[in-house]
Order: sequence, then C-alpha cells, then structure tokens
Amino acid sequence: MAPDRKLDPVDFLNLDAQLGDEERLIRDTVCTFVADKVTPHIADWFEHGRFPVELAGEVAQLGLLGMHLRGYGCAGTNAVSYGLACTELEAADSGLRSFVSVQGSLAMFPIWKHGSEEQKAEWLPRMAAGEVIGCFGLTEPDHGSDPADMRTYAKRDGSDWILNGTKMWITNGSIADLAVVWAQTDEGIRGFLVPRGTPGFSAHDIEQKLSLRASVTSELVLDDVRLPADAVLPEVAGLRGPLSCLSEARFGILWGAVGAARTCYEAALEYATTRVQFGKPIGAFQLTQEKLAWMLVELGKAQLLALHLGRLKDSGGLRPQQVSFGKMNNVRIALDIARQARTILGANGVTLEYPVIRHMNNLESVLTYEGTQEIHTLVLGEAITGLSAYR
Amino acid sequence: MNIVVCVKQVPDTWAERKLRSEDKTLDRESVDGVINELDEYAIEESLRIKEAHDGEVTVLTMGPEKAAESIRKALSMGADKAVHLVDDALHGSDVLQTSYAMAQVLRKIGFDVVILGSESTDARMGALAAMLAERLGVAQLSLANKVEIDGGTIRTQRVADYGFDRVEASLPAVVSVVEKINEPRYPSFKGIMAAKKKPVDKLGVADADIDAAKVGLTGAATEVVDFVAAPPREKGTIVKDEGDGGQKVAEFLASKKFI
Ligand SMILES: Cc1cc2nc3c(=O)[nH]c(=O)nc-3n(C[C@H](O)[C@H](O)[C@H](O)COP(=O)(O)OP(=O)(O)OC[C@H]3O[C@@H](n4cnc5c(N)ncnc54)[C@H](O)[C@@H]3O)c2cc1C
Repeated sequence: MAPDRKLDPVDFLNLDAQLGDEERLIRDTVCTFVADKVTPHIADWFEHGRFPVELAGEVAQLGLLGMHLRGYGCAGTNAVSYGLACTELEAADSGLRSFVSVQGSLAMFPIWKHGSEEQKAEWLPRMAAGEVIGCFGLTEPDHGSDPADMRTYAKRDGSDWILNGTKMWITNGSIADLAVVWAQTDEGIRGFLVPRGTPGFSAHDIEQKLSLRASVTSELVLDDVRLPADAVLPEVAGLRGPLSCLSEARFGILWGAVGAARTCYEAALEYATTRVQFGKPIGAFQLTQEKLAWMLVELGKAQLLALHLGRLKDSGGLRPQQVSFGKMNNVRIALDIARQARTILGANGVTLEYPVIRHMNNLESVLTYEGTQEIHTLVLGEAITGLSAYR
Repeated sequence: MNIVVCVKQVPDTWAERKLRSEDKTLDRESVDGVINELDEYAIEESLRIKEAHDGEVTVLTMGPEKAAESIRKALSMGADKAVHLVDDALHGSDVLQTSYAMAQVLRKIGFDVVILGSESTDARMGALAAMLAERLGVAQLSLANKVEIDGGTIRTQRVADYGFDRVEASLPAVVSVVEKINEPRYPSFKGIMAAKKKPVDKLGVADADIDAAKVGLTGAATEVVDFVAAPPREKGTIVKDEGDGGQKVAEFLASKKFI
C-alpha cells in the first residue's frame, strides 16, 4: 500500500489488509447488495414494522443462508467471511442480520450438526435456497436466561411424539415453514422439526415492538402437536443441543454489531463535519472530537476482536467462552456508540431520516437476545474463577 | 460459442483520482480499483449468451497486476477463464496501442463474439471497440442495448438520439454495450469460492506476439502535455422560494445553459 494513502476514518487500523481476496469479495458483494436493495428502503420498513420477506430469494441467491456450512447447497465459506457478511448486513439493519443468523446458525445449523442424513437432505438445500424459512424456538414466556428449566414437553406416544408448550420471542416465527423447537423429554432436552401447518401448531406475532421492527418476532403455540419419530434430531440430547447453535449465532452477532456501530459512527462523523453551530462545524469543538475519537477507538477494538475470534474459529480453536467475550463487548460498545452518535446528531438523531436511532433501538434487542450482557458476564466470571454465580 | 468479454479495471469513480507527476499517467496504485461499470453490463450479457447458447466466457484484461482483482470478480460472476495481459512495457499505452495489443491476444485465443463496454470511466475514449473490429477485420456492432444471437448471425439494437437502429452482422463480431442493457448479477458466494480454481492465463507482450516497440508511453500517438487539478467545487446557490421559486430555478438553469 502506498504510504501517502490517506488514513481511512472507518478502517483506521487497515484491517482490510488482513483479509484474503475471497473474504474481501464476499464482503464487497454483501455491501453492494445491501446498498442497492436494503438501505434505500429500510427506514420505511422499520417505521411500518415490516420484514421484507420478498428479499429472501435474493439473499439466498447470493449464498448468504447457511453460508458457513458445507454441502447440501451451502456455500461453505470460512468463518471470517460469514462474519464479514454479518457486519455488512447489520450495517444496514440488525433485523436483516437477525433473519440471516436465525436461518443459518439457529435453524440450518442444528439440522446440519445434529440431524439425520434424511433430515439434512430433506431440509438443508431448500433452506439454503430460501424456499424454506426456519425459526428457532428455545425461549419461553417464563424461561429466558434459564432455558434448562423450560416447560415445553415432548411425550412419547408409541413411536410418535406429542408436544405441548409455548415459545416466546421467536424470530421469523410466523413466516417460518419449519420451526426447530426445543422441548423437555424423559431423556433431557431434545430438538424437534415442526413444519408449518402441523395440527396444533400456530404462530402469533408480537405487536408493539419498538426494536427490530424490520424483523418478525412471534409466539409459537404447541397444543398436542403430534410428530413422527423421525421429527426429532437424533444426534443430541441435553442443553448442549441449543447451546451449540447459540454459539454459532453469537459469533455472527459479535461481527454484526460492528456493522451497526460503524454506520452510527459514520453518520456522526459526517454530521459533525457538516453541521455548523457557533460559526464552525461542530466537529471542530473538542467535546465532539472526544466523542468521535472515543467511537473510533472502540469501533477499531471491536473490529480487531471480531477478526481475531474469526481467525480462531477458522483454525478450530474458538471456545464458547471466547464467543461470550466478543458478544458481550461488541454489542455493548455498539450500543454505546449508537448513543454517543445520537447526541452528535442533535434533534436529527431522533428521526428515521438518519440511521442512528433505528440502530440504537435495534441494539437493545441484540443486547438481550442470545444471552444477555449479565449472562455473558457470568459466563466469563465462571470461566476465570471456576465458580458459577447463576444460582 | 467462444465469447470473450473485455474487462478493464478503473479507479473507483467515487475516489479522488490523480495523475502521476512523473509521467502524467493515471495513478492506479493509490486508489481502489473497480471493474469499469459498463464492463459489468458486458460481463452480464456474455453470461446470458453463454446460458442461452452454451459455450465458454473468457475474460480478457489488459492492465497491471492489481487488475487481477477485477478478473477475480468477473470469474466470480460466472466467467469460465481469463487471460491477463500484463507487462511493464504496456504502461502508458494509448487507445491505438491498446487496440493493437488486445487484437494480438484475440487473434491468439480466437473468438466468436467479443463484448465490451462502450467506454471506460477513466479515459472515456469510447474507441476501443471500433479499433478492435477494424484490426481484426470483423463487424462492429456498437452501443447495443439488446443482443440476440441466432446461429451465425448476431442482431443488436443500437441506441441513438432518435431511438434505435436494428443492426445485424454475421459472426465473428465485436459488440459494445451501453448501460441498462441488463441488470448485472452479484457474484454468488459459490461463484466467489469457485473463482480461485478457474484458470487465469498471464501473458506478457512476447507471449502474445506483441511488438514491444509498438506499445507503451514513449511510442504513444497521443501525449498528455499538461494537467491541472480540478478546482474545488464552488458553494451551491440556494434559491429561496417566495412564490417565484420555479422561475428562479429555470433562470439559473438557463444561465448555465442546461436548458
Ligand atoms: C427481538 C427478539 C428476538 C428474539 N428471538 C429469539 C429467537 O429467535 N429464539 C429464541 O429462543 N429466543 C429469542 N429471543 C429471546 C431472548 O433470547 C431472551 O429474551 C433472552 O434470552 C432473555 O430472556 P428474558 O427476556 O426472558 O429475560 P430474563 O431471563 O427474564 O432476564 C431479565 C433480566 O434479568 C437478568 N438475569 C437473569 N438471570 C440472571 C442471573 N442469574 N444473574 C443476573 N442477572 C440475571 C437478565 O440479564 C436480564 O437483565 C428474542 C428476543 C428478542 C427481544
């Protein structure tokens, strides 16, 4: 790289140089796609609480769905590429990234990892193609952070299973063709594949949500749902099943949050250099510069962390506790950056004309789902002290 | 069908572009390179022809090492292989020399149809297609916004001020395409993963029977004598609408000879 090249205010540490050609091309492709198809409409979708389900086909055509899985019509990229794609998606909106995370890491991954050959062949190619949309039902109205204690129960009836219970806060719930539902059984927690239209199974959207408005969140009701023996994921029992999926999804989130933060920082930087008060751009005031410099440093650290964890994952050495480290830091910092950016935009910061408050509101969900800040703190606490503080 | 699509890497249109003071050529190193926008339409059109008629799409790029990025992208979109003409001797070639060098390569690799964008966003000569056709002794179908191939015949629609012409020729031929002829596809991730396994044939001038004396800055028929930096953009004019806003805007446009 030529030494006289200007410092990039966004990629200040020149992390671009750490990426391979393929990784860069994947990132740039998602970035262009999002600029063409999402950014021009996202404020509208958010305002009207609409998820653009019609984009699923195009998102699939790029290869975004289950992109880091191998075989069954999936692209089979490395983990860093998956992360970069999440960053670009979430730079547009956390809702879009949530859709892709849920499909790839929470619905396809459990089938890919814990499913039978028949289940994989039946579902994965159609899910990669966006023809079948999936969701992941773990959380219940009374069991969020503590899913081990869930109430949804699957009882044997001959070779069939009968499921009863309610799942809450389920992303993609009402648009899903296939729900991966986790339920208590006599053998511990197991995963079940519940197709849309199965008698006794229904989904209802959660209304009046002020975060992730361009994403569908639903309640799933299972009322004596009868499933055949081959609906259960055969290869896993216990909380390990859902947790293995969450670790995959959290990996995408810790990259995604970087995208949301980047968009807020860019908006603030642009605003600070053009908005004039007291006769000069507000970016010329020391207080504003302090905010911008703080954002720059925290954004850079989050980018470095994401890339480091991505490289660890690609070399096979990433531990779930390290994913907690990344999810906890990057989402918290992204939310702080969004809030700081909001102040720089003044009154404009509260409108959908600028992306900041939308990201800020979205990040409140991202902070809570996939393990709250508190829970990840306890994961780290346990990892370093050997003492569990959950109960 | 043997389809060759010419792809040029140009400096990102959004970046600040500079000429190098030492030899008054474009500084291609300090800015990001992208595929010339019109060439993206050419790539898409070549892929559509391949999909409709079977055959193979070869990317032909003349440019520095860095242009390999653009070749990669074209291969990711679905082209089958590439020829990269890269040699220090080519630096600073003008359009006449470029057409000579590329025609030499095209003779060597053979083609049924050569597709390219009607101009590049850096030099904006818009003459390469005509020169290639002339040197190769084949028909040129310029400014196409529609291309159809039927056996050994190619038919295009050529855009003109008054509408369009229907043009027909027999293959082999050279076609230049305009914007909006199609909607270029995004590279798919599978395409991106497959691209690195596709063959890229790197040729120097000697490999392509190009006479080094006939290319490059010193022998160019055109010369950049001098250049000045573009003046900074002037402050915009704000028109206050006091009932006569429309008229004021019209007067402003007229004063700038836009209307
Ligand atoms: C938009 C959205 C989409 C979602 N999508 C999905 C989905 O697709 N699938 C799915 O299964 N779930 C989904 N969720 C649910 C999400 O995972 C849960 O909300 C999350 O796990 C927290 O559970 P809870 O809301 O019940 O909060 P609770 O667990 O009740 O926690 C409330 C508060 O108490 C704190 N707390 C709890 N236990 C402790 C402790 N031991 N020590 C200290 N503090 C503690 C929490 O950190 C939190 O601050 C989604 C949520 C949202 C908002």
